[in-house]
Amino acid sequence: MREEVIISGRLNPNIDPHLEIWHWHIPLYLFLGGLAAGILFFASLYTILGKENKYIGAVRRAPVIVPFVLIIGLGALFLDLRHKLYFWQLYTTFKIQSPMSWGAWTLMAITPLSIAWAAIHIREFFPLWDWKWNVLRELEKFLIKNKKYLAWIILFFSVILGIYTGILFSAFNARPLWNTSILGPLFLTSGLSAGAAIIILFSKRKGERINFAKIDIMLIGIELFLIVHMFMGFLASTEVQIDAANLFLGGPYTALFWIFVVIIGMIIPAVLEFLELRKFHIPVLIPVVLVLFGSLMLRFIIAYAGQMSRWLY
Amino acid sequence: MRYAMAIDTKKCVGCSDCVVACQTENDVPVGYCRDWVVEVTDGTYPQLEIEIRSERCNHCENAPCVRSCPTGASHYEAGGIVTVTENKCIGCGACIVSCPYDARYSHPEGYVDKCTFCLHRIQKGQQPACVEVCPTKCMYFGDLDDPNSDVSKMLKKRKFKTLIPEAGTKPHVYYLI
Amino acid sequence: MSGSRRDFIKISSLSAAGLLFGGHYVQSAMQAKKIADLGSTLRTPTVCEVCFWQCAGWVYKNDEGKIKKITGNDEDPNCNGRLCPRGTGGVGMYYDEDRLKTPLLRVKGSDGKQTFKEVSWDEAFDFIAEKLQKIKKEHGPECTALFTHGSGGHYWGDLIKAFGSNNIAAPSYAQCRGPREVAFLATFGEGLNSPEPLDIRDTRCLVLIGSHLGENMHNGQVQEMSDAIDNGAAIITVDPRFSTVASKSKYWLPVKPATDIALLLSWIREIINNDWYDKDYIEKYAYGFDELKNYVQPYTPEWAYGITTIKPHLIRESAREMANAAPAVIIHPGRHVTWYGDDTQRLRAVAILNALLGSWGRKGGFYVPEKMSLPEYPHPPFPKPTRTWRDAMNGKYKLADLALASGVCDATIPSPDLDCNIKGWIVNGTNLIMTLPDQKKTIEAINNLDLLVVVDTMPMEITGYADVVLPECTYLERWDDLRVAQGRNPGIALRMPVAEPMYNTKPAYWMAKEVSKRLGLEEYFAWDTFEEKLEWQLKQVGSSLEEMKRIGVKNLPRQYSDMFFAPGEEVEFYTNTGKIELYSTALEAEGFDPFPVYTPHAEPPSGYYHLNYGRAPMHTFSRTANNPNLTDLMDENTVWVNPKVAKEWGLKKGEPVYLQNQDGVVSDFPVKVRVTERIRFDSVYIVHGFGHNDKKLKRAYGKGASDSQLITRVLMDPVMGGTGMRGNFVTFRFNKESEVQS
Ligand SMILES: Nc1nc2c(c(=O)[nH]1)N[C@H]1C(S)=C(S)[C@@H](COP(=O)(O)OP(=O)(O)OC[C@H]3O[C@@H](n4cnc5c(=O)[nH]c(N)nc54)[C@H](O)[C@@H]3O)O[C@H]1N2
Ligand SMILES: Nc1nc2c(c(=O)[nH]1)N[C@H]1C(S)=C(S)[C@@H](COP(=O)(O)OP(=O)(O)OC[C@H]3O[C@@H](n4cnc5c(=O)[nH]c(N)nc54)[C@H](O)[C@@H]3O)O[C@H]1N2
Ligand code: SF4
Ligand code: SF4
Ligand code: SF4
Ligand code: SF4
Ligand code: SF4
Ligand SMILES: [Mo]
Repeated sequence: MREEVIISGRLNPNIDPHLEIWHWHIPLYLFLGGLAAGILFFASLYTILGKENKYIGAVRRAPVIVPFVLIIGLGALFLDLRHKLYFWQLYTTFKIQSPMSWGAWTLMAITPLSIAWAAIHIREFFPLWDWKWNVLRELEKFLIKNKKYLAWIILFFSVILGIYTGILFSAFNARPLWNTSILGPLFLTSGLSAGAAIIILFSKRKGERINFAKIDIMLIGIELFLIVHMFMGFLASTEVQIDAANLFLGGPYTALFWIFVVIIGMIIPAVLEFLELRKFHIPVLIPVVLVLFGSLMLRFIIAYAGQMSRWLY
Repeated sequence: MRYAMAIDTKKCVGCSDCVVACQTENDVPVGYCRDWVVEVTDGTYPQLEIEIRSERCNHCENAPCVRSCPTGASHYEAGGIVTVTENKCIGCGACIVSCPYDARYSHPEGYVDKCTFCLHRIQKGQQPACVEVCPTKCMYFGDLDDPNSDVSKMLKKRKFKTLIPEAGTKPHVYYLI
Repeated sequence: MSGSRRDFIKISSLSAAGLLFGGHYVQSAMQAKKIADLGSTLRTPTVCEVCFWQCAGWVYKNDEGKIKKITGNDEDPNCNGRLCPRGTGGVGMYYDEDRLKTPLLRVKGSDGKQTFKEVSWDEAFDFIAEKLQKIKKEHGPECTALFTHGSGGHYWGDLIKAFGSNNIAAPSYAQCRGPREVAFLATFGEGLNSPEPLDIRDTRCLVLIGSHLGENMHNGQVQEMSDAIDNGAAIITVDPRFSTVASKSKYWLPVKPATDIALLLSWIREIINNDWYDKDYIEKYAYGFDELKNYVQPYTPEWAYGITTIKPHLIRESAREMANAAPAVIIHPGRHVTWYGDDTQRLRAVAILNALLGSWGRKGGFYVPEKMSLPEYPHPPFPKPTRTWRDAMNGKYKLADLALASGVCDATIPSPDLDCNIKGWIVNGTNLIMTLPDQKKTIEAINNLDLLVVVDTMPMEITGYADVVLPECTYLERWDDLRVAQGRNPGIALRMPVAEPMYNTKPAYWMAKEVSKRLGLEEYFAWDTFEEKLEWQLKQVGSSLEEMKRIGVKNLPRQYSDMFFAPGEEVEFYTNTGKIELYSTALEAEGFDPFPVYTPHAEPPSGYYHLNYGRAPMHTFSRTANNPNLTDLMDENTVWVNPKVAKEWGLKKGEPVYLQNQDGVVSDFPVKVRVTERIRFDSVYIVHGFGHNDKKLKRAYGKGASDSQLITRVLMDPVMGGTGMRGNFVTFRFNKESEVQS
């Protein structure tokens, strides 16, 4: 029998008996970041493709929530900091190897851009809106005139944001569960899928909804494929990664993951969306909420389970 | 200059003096620690073996905690010592998550804290507090680049290992086995 | 087993506890800021009082005058500049917020219930003096006794001797090293005392019988053992448990519990029959060799194998190993040796083995210690008591050279054979409830007292029985007598206050002096201040307080002899024959076997296991169980259970179980199971000092199980009255009420 004990009674809070330094804040922040990236990605993409009028939900309507989404996400991130008064230190330097630094700077860039984007589309919701000051009116005019360029910039940052929220965990290979290159694409896909779902919700036109339902089904398909691959990868890998995978294959996270993320968050909404394409009448809110829920749960579970997985020595 | 520590698992008795000494030397609050002691028993009675290791930050040459820090609070000092600048640290926890050894903790005041190899002492030419207190004198500290340092000599004389070499962190804490 | 290493800890200590301590720590730190600054940046000399090895060290304060850390004094031979974890964690004794804070007097409340009332020192002392005078008048001064362990013993000892009693007992004798002292006295004419004069650093072979160095953190020995390992010495460990040091040993002999004498006899036979003994040495110094040779002939390794379960070839090889190293070999005499009641005889076998290998008085064996003779501050001679504790022993235990704590306890319980029962106790620095075996008897004795004064720093169990509780300040806050320790060189060390006493606490010397005034005995404490007394004493040995404050430790050259016998040197041993007595005439004269005899001991009934206990390196007995820094390392004990036993009982690691002993006593609290191969299938093991049941000890209360509580069967050593404590058996209970399973 092998017995391994920490005999000095080590019990550093949040570290022992297993890591729990990141709580709800980080997965929420990543979910919201991924969601924002998804929406902005579609919004900018369809603008660039010149399909703005066909996809009003994607380009003009859904993006109004993005500033709020990002600010709530940033708020969560801020709440998670334990040395809050020093928050500004994030912006005194850029650390190319630190995903946190990437995130801070990307959000710094994309939040104002998303506000600008939402602002120029505000009349979609308040047709009589007037920017009381001239400067703002001028600014709006300028932005609308250069909307394509703005879209290019947003496209660029939304991709970075998406990738960043995707790879944040996998950048920490100290946690075997996160130590996989599949996690990035998986989170990215999940963000896009959440974005597509929100767009469905905001879309008024059936054609647009069908388009995004198709996109969503495709994205969910990719996610399922990635999940299967991820576990196969783990099981074919070292003992620590097998241990990590076992958290989901018989371990404490098995039911949570397979029921909430895979079945409720992916398979059921995909089926519902599929049925809708087949002209069944499905209340639009249901698959949307399920997709968002699944996407959020995915991050929560990966965040907590990842902190539980560790190297052996 | 590359500071390093070698710890003799054959002499360590697991008394944890190194842990208390660190606590009182470095104002580590009660309930937290920068170093800790692991005891591994293998075999079946009466064919048994024990390895005892006093563990702490490995002052990795390729430190993921430094890489992941967004503010530069976690950084290398001269001699390869990895430390945290308190008032640059935002307490984001990225470094904690990135350390495969769980060598860091979040200080109740908000910043992240960990073993410093007692930088303040070695700058004065003293040994780290844990090394100096160890009743079995099983810890050796010094400069790897100096062939006459205690560490270099021990590493030449004895078989050794580092922890989780697969993580690619290149630890500077060696265990004599 | 991902995560399980941590999960174990989760189960073995409450995670909220860490946060709790943090809070307390901050709180006590705040209190500390109020302390008068006694020269903050300076280091102050101290002598550690967390155990009785008495290491000398330095205390450092930070700029706010807050005590920060304690380190060893490089000049001190007891510690060589390195304190053990308990000494380093000594700061926690000072910062413990549960400390006794003010004198307490037992009073009857209006509801008829007894409570403690906070009183002034004057009230407390007046009460004590009045009660003592009453006992003196009604029963004679001999009917008082002092139980003590630690520095305060000297002052209270002087007080009680001046008062007219000689009943001064320490648990470090009949519950600890008594049998060893008697055995070595009988063999070499000299006891070992503390620190034991073992030349471990130079030894080539160290034999540890039970002594679990490394868990037993007696500092100098642990350090020297490590030096010995560096020098390539072989360690042989005889222990039924795979102790830490067993894992560092060349030979680990997993002896069946209670059978060591058989092993020792067969080693003696091997060494004699193979002519491995030191012939010149034995011829010159020893008495009774031929008788010994004859006597051990039946004890072959094969015979011992049947008893000890140690394979004959291992017995032979390990004997050879010792012989090869001789005379640089130490069969360690142990320290806590009150195991099975035949302990003096077991230690006699140890002494004989050392004698045969010629290690006594030889380099790498036992050195001849020296000790500074420090004159006492002048005082009148003590009156001669008409009766002493010996008179209460019914003629038994005549070979005991010190009072038996257990014996004084017995003498407190009225019995027809005694013409005087003890009526008043002063208990200084010993938690008798956790320290003496057979708690029921201790409590019965206490219930027969007219006066129980307890001098302590913590609200330990014993304080709950006191009439008066006198809160002593910790060693960091007081002057004390100079440490005069034996060693390779004579020397002294100074303890001085580092900070003003916290709360309303005072040093023991002050208390004793104050009580002496009320008894008209102040001439025995003729100094005005303690500094004055120390200054006077230091002057006699050519030093001064000023010097000692600066250096902390002063070592002097040896005065009397060399550390080791010179080749062919004539040596007079203080035994009846003037020789090393392999054959003990002293034991024979008292009607005991002149050679050690192996007697089988009871074995556990089915479903029961030997209750084995010992030390954890980060704790001292019961005294550190509430120390914030040390509980941080270990806040409860666990019961070690062999995986086979665990399987049989369906015990999971971390599962809490109650222990019940052969007399039906159930532990007050459950203790968590540690499933480990390190313990035999016929034993369980717990670290002594846990399972406190005084709620005032906030960190220690209810943590783990108390071995003391389960030690109700006491195997008395007929030679000297040692209380053998290892003859108890326990079984598991899953809850307190239900019947025993199995
Ligand atoms: N950390 C720490 N160190 C201490 C102390 C402390 O409180 N804490 N106290 C000090 C004091 S006062 C003393 S007296 C010493 C005591 O320390 P030791 O003298 O070393 O005490 P032992 O009773 O020999 O130690 C217990 C060991 O005996 C083994 N044992 C049990 N039964 C048997 C048996 O039948 N045969 C054999 N051969 N071994 C057996 C146990 O498994 C355990 O390993 O420790 C001193 N050092
Ligand atoms: N069951 C069991 N019983 C044992 C042992 C065992 O292993 N198991 N070991 C035996 C041995 S080897 C020994 S030596 C004895 C030791 O027995 P004790 O010396 O009685 O040991 P402790 O239980 O630590 O009690 C010490 C008391 O002193 C108090 N104290 C601490 N510092 C000070 C101070 O500065 N001043 C004053 N006035 N009080 C102070 C503590 O609070 C505590 O109440 O126990 C023996 N009894
Ligand atoms: S102080 Fe030394 S012997 Fe004790 S646990 Fe630490 S390294 Fe081991
Ligand atoms: S052990 Fe951990 S904290 Fe220390 S340098 Fe390596 S990664 Fe960083
Ligand atoms: S917690 Fe502090 S040291 Fe760690 S990564 Fe964040 S800013 Fe850097
Ligand atoms: S080197 Fe210093 S900081 Fe690091 S564990 Fe040792 S005492 Fe603590
Ligand atoms: S051995 Fe440890 S506890 Fe005992 S006196 Fe020395 S330092 Fe203090
Ligand atoms: Mo003892």
